[in-house]
Amino acid sequence: MNREDFPLLWEGVYLDSGATSQKPLQVIERIDRYYRNENANVHRGVYELSAKATVLYEEARERVARFIGAVRDEIIFTRGTTESINMTAFSFAEPLMQPGDEILISHMEHHANIVPWQLLCERTGAVLKVIPIDRNGNLDRPALSALLTGRTRLLALTHISNVLGTVNPVKEIIAEAHEKGIPVLIDGAQAVGRTKVDVNDLDADFYAFSGHKMYGPTGIGILYGKKKHLEKMRPYQSGGDMILRVTFEKTTWNEIPHKFEAGTPNIAGTIGLAEAVRYLERIGMDEVEAAEDEVMSYALEKLGRIEGLEIIGSPDRRSGAITFTLGDAHPHDIAHELARKNIAVRAGHHCAQPLMNFYKVPAATRMSLGLYNGKEDIDKLADALPEIREKFKL
Amino acid sequence: MKDQELYQEMILDHYRNPRNCCSMENPTHCAEGDNPLCGDHLEVFVKVDGKIIQEINFQGSGCAVSQASASMMTENLKGKTIEEALKVFDKVHVMLTGYHPDEESEDKALGKLEALSGVAQFPMRIKCASLAWHTLKSALKEEEEPATTE
Repeated sequence: MNREDFPLLWEGVYLDSGATSQKPLQVIERIDRYYRNENANVHRGVYELSAKATVLYEEARERVARFIGAVRDEIIFTRGTTESINMTAFSFAEPLMQPGDEILISHMEHHANIVPWQLLCERTGAVLKVIPIDRNGNLDRPALSALLTGRTRLLALTHISNVLGTVNPVKEIIAEAHEKGIPVLIDGAQAVGRTKVDVNDLDADFYAFSGHKMYGPTGIGILYGKKKHLEKMRPYQSGGDMILRVTFEKTTWNEIPHKFEAGTPNIAGTIGLAEAVRYLERIGMDEVEAAEDEVMSYALEKLGRIEGLEIIGSPDRRSGAITFTLGDAHPHDIAHELARKNIAVRAGHHCAQPLMNFYKVPAATRMSLGLYNGKEDIDKLADALPEIREKFKL
Repeated sequence: MKDQELYQEMILDHYRNPRNCCSMENPTHCAEGDNPLCGDHLEVFVKVDGKIIQEINFQGSGCAVSQASASMMTENLKGKTIEEALKVFDKVHVMLTGYHPDEESEDKALGKLEALSGVAQFPMRIKCASLAWHTLKSALKEEEEPATTE
């Protein structure tokens, strides 16, 4: 479906959308048009070009907000998921923390949702607690409940695991945390381009995601935050555009979301992201999800039949990724041999070393899907693997 | 050099039958190496008597290229002086990061280790091949921090 919209999908098979998705022509051309015809700084100039760029920039915010069920003031443009999580740690969580307070994450987080919290704990004397998972790759719900205590200041949890593909029941978990008065940040990097996300329906306090994994450009990401939190939060970076008035004695912060967008933002990235949202909306997220689910089921069945191939985890609901080992063959050798056949997959620890340690594998191979993948891509992957296994047999 | 030649028979042989792949009691030098990119981990053990490398072992986990490189390294360096070993390190480093066989000269010849020269054309794999060598260097220099290819 829509493969012809993606100029970089050469004759090869791209199965690394979990790392970054390919971009449709519509997005590429929109960015090109911006730089050719519309480029000016935002919120600054009195001339028409600047006014137009400002309108485009703010329209993009509006579109992204609508796409995830938020309102425009709740959408902060960042560089990506990582910056969104760091912003939440620094601006929201840190001022709340007392020594002995707890931050709760899960065992399936990738490094961007681990390290910022570790550093926060170092700075504040807070303690990082980890929700365990079972062998299938599902969260241990009773353990999760027990870990939500009066000392928990924030739960930071991934929506979809980038390794296991586990889709966490985030709506239920958020409700449970809220019963105990605990705010929740969801890392939605793998979710937003794959499934319908409605932050209002989920009741998430914060929701972090990236443009480049949802068919938009790199270097643009989003932090959604509830208005009541954003209003109280301290600025993340300081400088131009995030202020109302500056004197040498005192500076007054601009209103949200501008308080969190210091300096000239990634205007082209934002406009490109809005175009990616438009692209997804035209197809419809239900359709995107259904199509990917179909290829995913096919892949699970097809890969499951390959001798020596072991899929890591079998979560109750999986989306996006299948990570596997293949006999004695090392993931780097597998990925290298696949690359020779123009099949792109990821090999390594997928920025989730604690999760890899849990499954006692130093590295694994991951195939991840985008809306351009069809069953024929899976066939090519599945046909190549047995031969590779033979070659690297010990 | 053609792509196919990355996994030469010699590399696959060393991968399947690694030489000197075990721990060592009382090494005079040892170090651990990590490749954070892929999670590969390697330990290198050296026993130096006088100035000669009497024994050199490795153990760890990694891809065919990293294991073969480590195995070939131990074969090559046994019996050499530390000074000679560091010279081989330099030559391997040059070979992996951009040595072309047509520039070959007496001075650069590496013998069997040249089976690894194909790695140079795959920038993503250079770290795999160089991990053992960086770990060795760190062991010989008795560095305290684990070696890394970053």
